[in-house]
Amino acid sequence: MRTSIRRSRRLMALAAVAALTTGLLAGCAKDSDDGSSNDSGGNGSGKGKITLTVGTFGVFGYKQAGLYDEYMKLHPDINIKENVTTRTDVYWPKVLTRLQAGSGTDDIQAIEVGNITEAVQTQANKFVDLGKQVDKSQWLDWKNAQATTKDGKLIGLGTDIGPMAICYRKDLLQKAGLPTDRTKLAEMWKGDWAKYVDVGKQYMKKAPKGTKFVDSAASVYNAALGGGDERYYDKDGNVVWDKSDGVKKAWNAAMDVATSDMSAKLKQFDPTWDQGYANGTFATVACPAWMLGYIEQKSGDSGKGKWDVAAAPTAANWGGSFLGVPLASKHQKEAIALAKWLTAPEQQAKVFAKQASFPSTPSAYASLKPAADTTAYFSNAPITQIFADSAKTIPVQYFGIKDQPINSAITDVGILQVEQKGKSPSQGWDAASKEIKDVLGQ
Amino acid sequence: MTSSKQALAHPAASADAAPGTPPGAARGAHGRGTPAGPDSWRSRLYRWDMKASPYAFVSPFFILFGAFTLVPLLYTAWYSLHNVQLSALDHQTWAGLDNYKNLWSSDFFWNALKNTLTIGVISTVPQLLAAIGLAHLLNYKLRGSTVWRVVMLTPYATSVAAATLVFTLLYSWDGGMVNWILHFFGVNPINWRESDWGSQFAVSSIVIWRWTGYNALIYLAAMQAIPTDLYESAAIDGANRWQQFRHVTIPQLRPTILFTVVVSTIGATQLFGEPLLFGGVSGSKGGSEHQYQTLGLYMYDQGWIIGNLGKASAIAWSMFLVLLIIAAVNLLLTRRLRKSQ
Repeated sequence: MRTSIRRSRRLMALAAVAALTTGLLAGCAKDSDDGSSNDSGGNGSGKGKITLTVGTFGVFGYKQAGLYDEYMKLHPDINIKENVTTRTDVYWPKVLTRLQAGSGTDDIQAIEVGNITEAVQTQANKFVDLGKQVDKSQWLDWKNAQATTKDGKLIGLGTDIGPMAICYRKDLLQKAGLPTDRTKLAEMWKGDWAKYVDVGKQYMKKAPKGTKFVDSAASVYNAALGGGDERYYDKDGNVVWDKSDGVKKAWNAAMDVATSDMSAKLKQFDPTWDQGYANGTFATVACPAWMLGYIEQKSGDSGKGKWDVAAAPTAANWGGSFLGVPLASKHQKEAIALAKWLTAPEQQAKVFAKQASFPSTPSAYASLKPAADTTAYFSNAPITQIFADSAKTIPVQYFGIKDQPINSAITDVGILQVEQKGKSPSQGWDAASKEIKDVLGQ
Repeated sequence: MTSSKQALAHPAASADAAPGTPPGAARGAHGRGTPAGPDSWRSRLYRWDMKASPYAFVSPFFILFGAFTLVPLLYTAWYSLHNVQLSALDHQTWAGLDNYKNLWSSDFFWNALKNTLTIGVISTVPQLLAAIGLAHLLNYKLRGSTVWRVVMLTPYATSVAAATLVFTLLYSWDGGMVNWILHFFGVNPINWRESDWGSQFAVSSIVIWRWTGYNALIYLAAMQAIPTDLYESAAIDGANRWQQFRHVTIPQLRPTILFTVVVSTIGATQLFGEPLLFGGVSGSKGGSEHQYQTLGLYMYDQGWIIGNLGKASAIAWSMFLVLLIIAAVNLLLTRRLRKSQ
């Protein structure tokens, strides 16, 4: 009797362990159909509710602008879930491994412009060809070109782009005896980033105490590089980083900044950079459209009405993304429809109104209305027009597979060594070269 | 010591025995004693149960260990002999030992190894010394001792990300609190992130801050197991507090100290989160001159930023070898210490 009780207890424990183990192992494979479990009630059409997942990084603004809710209202049988990974350098490797595993991808995956070439050249057979599904002429040509394979497959629909302007603090420039009018300033540095650096030298002569002209040399580098004809790769995909004219010009401008004490020596998107905005430690920053929301948020109320926007020395692009639909998506048709809708001009305009992310569809430009508080924040600057003018004249740039690691080797090793460790420009260049050779496995 | 152990063990055994036979006796009776009769399928089942259930109970760990440690480990070894790119996992080409040869001729690798060792030393040694000291203080009769102990453990409970974020701000070269304090002593601002020693010091200070309390509590637990009569007799012999600490506490703590040294060394070799987050946006480089890039960061940079999985796997295995060497050194030292005891 006693033993049998004990045994049954033991068997129960064994069963519990077995159940736990199988539960653990099975846990991995069960989350694909959680949307269908709550389809009861519904419209009685007998169709289950479909859950579409959208994988993004950072802030895309779809949720913020209420686009998901709007779409779900238009399509009652569709439920949308956004999976956000904050950092791009975490997001992209995850997407790559899942694409190749053929499972675990979201129904829509966002692709950053720095990764689009890698996606086009190595992952094209994992994505739906969206070219036949949409009217390609909606987008800027260079935007489409970035997401198109050699044999004409379009694997991503353009979301926003990053046309460049210069955001500046009127109060600081005024104290330094410089003009604060946006057209006058734009005229002073028009056409060449070297002229912008000259304005900086002027600023530093009478700079208000504790302030510098720019946030970092790297930001000038990125801005100047985004306006050149050539980055690190040529049209045919050969690495030309050490011969590229665009790189040379941008590097020289950055070196001019780094060696003349006009930089606050901050690293962009670091907590200390945010502090710099809050404390007003730099007077100007090269700002792609998507950065306006960031500036507004980080400078806070103390910066309201003090910021203004002027045209950048050259039209340049910095950033922007695409939406792709992986072939592994279980609801391809619905995912394509959603991606089309999210990237359509009307929706891009809505995101701009909320987030100031600039549309890649020119037909949206006429109807663009920035949010009222953004306009007020930036001294009623005609931001729509400034960014639209820039967007139309951005040169077509070819990205390469290792574009991002090469870029960070130059900005985070080469430029940083000169700017923060007092190395000479040639030492900085050598250090960056060594790094790039390591990246390229040479 | 032995007497207290027995005293502890006894009530437990009798409590177990109260409802029925003690488990030891049962095992003896059924496991060996019962003859296998023709009607004994139940006893056979029971015997099978006795033999198999321990395995069933330990199996979850080993299944998980196999799935998430052993298989990846072997797969990594396979990868390290191939040229594998993150963007083309299907196209692996045999590379033999090329990845390792590349690694051993790369300055970045040796730099990372050197940094791992120096940061490991300057974070582990002060950390353990401080932990012993703190544990010793906490071992006194204090008012509100639980409060102090809980406070000790708070840094450990804080997430790496939150802690590092705060430290990054404290150490920021322009407007950070550390430089602000130094300024009062007439020291010029130090660029904590880009200077060689400054950055390594900053990273280790985060490690020290997080782990000192944790180790102190381990020491404290060990100290409380030291029988008080040892201290009493030492006091009778005229030993003061410091002498008691040196001649009673430390020798009694020896096994615990060895344990914490081994655990901390392994932790230091795998140091990853703190320097990554301290570095900010491109943290995996460990500074513009890789001045605080540890092996963990170098592996992450090669594998997930550059996308060279073959080389990253080779780094992983080299790290494993380094750990084995460290473990062997530890073992030798332990033996030495035991012999000298």
